[in-house]
Amino acid sequence: MTDAAWIDAALTSARPQAVGALLRYFRDLDTAEEAFQNACLRALKSWPQNGPPRDPAAWLIMVGRNAAIDEVRRNRKQEPLPEDEAISDLDDAEDEIAERLDGSHYRDDILRLLFICCHKELPATQQIALALRVVSGLSVKQIARAFLVGEAAMEQRITRAKARVAQASVPFETPGAVERSERLTAVAAMIYLIFNEGYSASGETADLRMPLSEEAIRLARLLLRLFPSEPEIMGLTALLLLQHARAAARYDADGALILLEDQDRSLWNKTMIAEGLALIDKAMRHRRSGPYQIQAAIAALHARAASSDETDWTQIDLLYGALEVVQPSPVVTLNRAVAVSKARGAQAALEMIEPLAGRLSNYFYFFGVRGALLMQLDRNEEAHVAFDRAIALAHSSAEAAHIRMQIDRLKRDSAKNSAKDRAGIRGAAKRP
Amino acid sequence: MLYALLCYHDEDFVGSWSKEQDATVMAKLAVVQEKLAKQGRLGPVARLLPTTAAATLRKDDPPLVIDGPYAETKEQLLGFYIVDCENLDAALEVARDLGAANPGGSYEIRPVGVFRPGAVS
Repeated sequence: MTDAAWIDAALTSARPQAVGALLRYFRDLDTAEEAFQNACLRALKSWPQNGPPRDPAAWLIMVGRNAAIDEVRRNRKQEPLPEDEAISDLDDAEDEIAERLDGSHYRDDILRLLFICCHKELPATQQIALALRVVSGLSVKQIARAFLVGEAAMEQRITRAKARVAQASVPFETPGAVERSERLTAVAAMIYLIFNEGYSASGETADLRMPLSEEAIRLARLLLRLFPSEPEIMGLTALLLLQHARAAARYDADGALILLEDQDRSLWNKTMIAEGLALIDKAMRHRRSGPYQIQAAIAALHARAASSDETDWTQIDLLYGALEVVQPSPVVTLNRAVAVSKARGAQAALEMIEPLAGRLSNYFYFFGVRGALLMQLDRNEEAHVAFDRAIALAHSSAEAAHIRMQIDRLKRDSAKNSAKDRAGIRGAAKRP
Repeated sequence: MLYALLCYHDEDFVGSWSKEQDATVMAKLAVVQEKLAKQGRLGPVARLLPTTAAATLRKDDPPLVIDGPYAETKEQLLGFYIVDCENLDAALEVARDLGAANPGGSYEIRPVGVFRPGAVS
């Protein structure tokens, strides 16, 4: 690894902790970010000459803080800045500040930094953009690319989000247990949003957005290191790992979506699966279930099955049932119906989703599932109507392509069937 | 004489490597490993999964399971086992059996991400 790549990785890994500490110190996000930026510039000059510091985060906090204070002084008195040499020998000072920044401070600093990004009034896309900029340190250009918008538009979005956050006045005292747990819940939800931005990307944009999923996993691991005994954070991390493990198998060469049951499981990332399974095992021991753990447990059953046929659909049906209780949502019921169709047949599944029609009348996936179930029940005309509706609602060409494939299959089948009908064998074959 | 080389590094830092950076490091290490393997001097090589996946069994009476890696600095690493287990509970059972045979101290239980058995006897 080159010096530049090494320093880059060191700055990235130190960033949440350093910006978090600087934010606590300055109580202003822009000042904290600017101070960190200054510290990074000095690191790029100093580290190649003097060697990397033992604790990069402590170094950056110290230098960033001093640089910002100097800036204030300079503006006040027009005093000259200290020479770079004055900050290159920081070992003793670094020890001192590292000692003061004990574990609990780190923890709440990073949590606070993540938490201000998921301010309730910010729309999800702004939360994500802000977190990627402030916590992960992605450039505006990188974020704009991932969101498929222009750089200026993204710059504006982030600026607006920051202004909103600045008005919100997040308390800087060490949070109490209840406050901490609320922050943790909000941050976990935001990390999952970041992940889904990457995960739900369609074929043509998947490569651009994949880094979002990876960044979400990095943040989830970071959060778990800070809160090692929180089963829901274990569940979240496991869920992200188990889903991301399938990334290489989810699209075909043309960028069309491949359903879980049709994926080449040899392409699944075994190391990620192992880590996900280890985490869900750990979480389960706490016997404090929650939505992330349940979803991770479902993903774990898929990961453990050598093929789609060997999947424990009955258990997945039960887990979705548990998820419906803790997180009732028509989408959860819809997912459950897919498991039900495998475990108990298409008719039972169709009955389960019929009541959802009103609430999911604009949901692509609802009509996709409904069409597939009707197709299994040989109600081809109704299936066709459902698939047409699904295509109209598809967000991406990959989704639409997938449904078109189903329609083609329908047409093929009905062509075959009408030929059979003419031969008078269909009724005998299908309705004994 | 057999030597164990135990790898220490900042996990956040290594976790910040891009896929390409990680692959580059692994490829460079593979060259060194390959040379040792050819000489018949390379035993098992393991890359452990992150400490977030770890649990620790404190060999008290009764034994206590703690989330996360072993954090005490007053005790020293004295040895290790590689065992094949269905899941964490099975691994903890092995650790409990070993702990009953030799109380005191702790076992950190870490899933192994990459394992090459090697050929030293």
